[in-house]
Amino acid sequence: MHLTTYLGLADTGEQTLADSFRQVSSGHGDEPDVRELTERFADQCDEHRRLLAPLTERYGEHAEEEPERLHAEGLPGTRSGGVGLLRDLHDLYLLASYLDIAWTMVGQAARAVRDQELVDVVSTCEQDVQGQLAWLRTRMKAAAPQALVVG
Amino acid sequence: MTADRIADVWGTRTPMGPGAPWPQRVDQHLVDGLTDQDVDRWVQSACVLCSNGCGLDIAVRDDRMVGVRGRADDRVSHGRLGPKGLFGWQGQSRDRLLRPMVRRHGKLEETTWEDAMGVVVSRSRELLESRGPLSHAFYTSGQLMIEEYYTLAVIGKAGLGTPHMDGNTRLCTATAAAALKETFGTDGQPGSYTDLDHADAVFHYGHNVAETQTVLWARMLDRLEGSDPPRHVCVDPRRTAVAQRSDVHLAVRPGTNLALMNGLLREVIHRGWVDEEYVAAHTRGFDELVATVEPYTPSHVADICRVSARDLEAAAEIFGTSERIVSTVLQGFYQSHQATAASCQVNNLHLLRGMLGRPGAGILQMNGQPTAQNNRETGVDGDLSGFRNWENESHVRELAELWDVDPMKIPHWAPPTHAMQIMRYVEQGSIGLLWVAGTNPAVSLPDLERVRRILSSDSVLVVVNESFPNETTELADVVLPAALWGEKTGTFTNVDRTVHLSEQAVRPPGEARSDLDIWVDYARRMDLRDRSGRPIPRWETPEDAFDGWRDCSRGRPCDYSGMSYELLRGSPGIQWPCTEDAPTGTERIYTDHVFNTQDDYCETYGHDLLTGASTTPEQHRAARFDGRARLKAAEWTPAPDAPDEDYPLRLGTGRTVYHFHTRTKTGRAPELDAAAPEAWVEISPEDAEPLGVAEGDIVRVESRRGAIEVPARIAGVRPGAVFVPFHYGDVDKGDRPSRAANELTMSVWDPVSKQPAFKGGAVRVTRVRAGDGPAPAPPTTPSPEGA
Repeated sequence: MHLTTYLGLADTGEQTLADSFRQVSSGHGDEPDVRELTERFADQCDEHRRLLAPLTERYGEHAEEEPERLHAEGLPGTRSGGVGLLRDLHDLYLLASYLDIAWTMVGQAARAVRDQELVDVVSTCEQDVQGQLAWLRTRMKAAAPQALVVG
Repeated sequence: MTADRIADVWGTRTPMGPGAPWPQRVDQHLVDGLTDQDVDRWVQSACVLCSNGCGLDIAVRDDRMVGVRGRADDRVSHGRLGPKGLFGWQGQSRDRLLRPMVRRHGKLEETTWEDAMGVVVSRSRELLESRGPLSHAFYTSGQLMIEEYYTLAVIGKAGLGTPHMDGNTRLCTATAAAALKETFGTDGQPGSYTDLDHADAVFHYGHNVAETQTVLWARMLDRLEGSDPPRHVCVDPRRTAVAQRSDVHLAVRPGTNLALMNGLLREVIHRGWVDEEYVAAHTRGFDELVATVEPYTPSHVADICRVSARDLEAAAEIFGTSERIVSTVLQGFYQSHQATAASCQVNNLHLLRGMLGRPGAGILQMNGQPTAQNNRETGVDGDLSGFRNWENESHVRELAELWDVDPMKIPHWAPPTHAMQIMRYVEQGSIGLLWVAGTNPAVSLPDLERVRRILSSDSVLVVVNESFPNETTELADVVLPAALWGEKTGTFTNVDRTVHLSEQAVRPPGEARSDLDIWVDYARRMDLRDRSGRPIPRWETPEDAFDGWRDCSRGRPCDYSGMSYELLRGSPGIQWPCTEDAPTGTERIYTDHVFNTQDDYCETYGHDLLTGASTTPEQHRAARFDGRARLKAAEWTPAPDAPDEDYPLRLGTGRTVYHFHTRTKTGRAPELDAAAPEAWVEISPEDAEPLGVAEGDIVRVESRRGAIEVPARIAGVRPGAVFVPFHYGDVDKGDRPSRAANELTMSVWDPVSKQPAFKGGAVRVTRVRAGDGPAPAPPTTPSPEGA
């Protein structure tokens, strides 16, 4: 059953996203709103992993070898300046989108195996990641004109 | 006869019962022992030293202002004036800036208008050519007039096309606007001051009205002293004069307002006080609200907020069982983290009980400054003029037609740039011209060390319209001497939508000019023109500017189309909307309980209260608000900058009774300066004792950002919290340590309103030495110990 593989993917994805949010939070400390919110989002990701843990345990460790290029890479570091901030938020957006659709797929599988507990966990995580995406989108839309036009 | 509003802040009581007219009481002050016979003429105006806007007449003798007298028929004050209104204007006659100045070789030198404007215009042109309009930013005030704001809005949005425009209203009233917009769809105060005459309960949320709006508190005191007085509930970490007169005082731990509000809502829901029919007919989002507040049981809230569960239940019971409730909200909520979320819950409480749109049932999401409302209406806070929605293309087209410019020119691709973000762009060097008017950011913005560094930067030309030398002019590159109140004609609107006309009484001193004249001069020198080749703006006089604003406001909630200088002259104040159908104005809005949430009318589609993420137009349409109020909720999260062993206390800052803002006027008025000459810090006996701090001792208050040294007042502030007035700057500092509260505060802001969280940062207090006696805090108002 590949569901276990995807549970692993979601778990690793949350870990990667949490690390990346924290990286942006400390790397862009001069942007107070970014610092505060990315820190909170990182905590949200930790919470998702906590919710997921008993389920991963129940479904067992990754039973099969993972398909190639399963995991998205996190941010290697942060960039500086207005455009740097925009690029880092853009990367976070891609990571969060990757996770968003992963949760959608896990949710579908959870319904197919009639696992209400997993459906509930997925619904919490999906809602949160959509909140993260909405904020990233709002923040980038506001920042883009100044960064791209004036620099 | 001169009224003594120093010793007797609120004046003689004139008690009234519910629904009775508030008796008149005329307060007057003339200088130098003059009497009415010595006055050449009285000129109609209104006070600009808080958001109340009490109507008054200015006494003039030999082309000099010599006194003020409350207007007996004024709908706001019924003749009263507070300490600032009575005495503050005298500060205008001292230390004025008389000629323009330009910084050359590091020093400000007096020069001509021609030269100073030449410097501004040449930099402006150069930047527009090399980097475009996003290189320009304007940071103004809550103290100019409609005509000046609207003129600047048109210059910025239609003439230049920059989204970087905000006011210091971001520091005081941005959350009032945000909370109203989130719940009701547009800005616009639902209530009226007259609701206080009918109320049987008054709730104060982080609003020390006794000091911030003294005449409004006098109105409340007159009800408290009359027959059948209303019950009062106060949410404030300090035992203020309001708290002392309240039936329930919830002295919340700073940073926990939203938890308290969620607890109150849960009680109202659980104890069956919800008007279900009203909620079904006039709101959306009830189920989500119920789910969000469900965890906030009285005991859980008591744990978070450190108030007693019984007091919480008692407050909820007053809300749940009263028939006519007025709520007022101010900086205790607005300048804390989760500001918009907490303030929206006040709206929600009223909606759950249908407590709106009828006499005695009203919400006052307060303003701090006299003309903050107009900054919001005209769009100088960055919003689109007339409460229009920047995401709604048809709203943008309306403005483009009115101003006769290409809609693409009007910045509307993203939300307007808020003040803290403007400062960040200046810091990063992408804004090369920052024009400041009528405000003193080098004292009033958070984290002053950073602000000073930004304003001193070589990469930006800082232009300042100012009337007095202050901490900000010290750092400016060009200083333009500005005329003040009484020296120019214009209109402004108070917190309950009352519009007053303020006529010019005397000539400005020296070469000072009104902000309107300064900006029209700039626009003419820049040769800003519309599509038909007409100049932008099309007017030069205040009255023509007002008529321009009338057209812009037509059909919007803040509709001035039925108003004119002629109607305002001699009037007791007119509340907007004022239209052909409502020629005498409108006392209350939303009397039909249809709110401004229609897709094509609303000012915003709303935001996630926790993160500030925008609701999309599609999501808004799908939710089908269609005139129903939006019940928006959020969970409580802990405040940033948590206290720890090094910084164990939480700081609150705020306004006190004898001063306004950074004391530019009130510090120069002899009576007010004498009443509160120096800063202080209020600390509870429980916190002072282990630190060895006694009344009057000089203490060092330190945060992770800076430090001040001020005398300690042992006071009735809740343990764990300290309070410092925000008025005192350091323009005359010399070698002494700083006393400016904002050396301590942090650059963080509410995700929706972008209002900085001045309150709640972590600090520590250490004793420096003994003082020379009790702290200089006035004896009349600060929360006395154990009272």
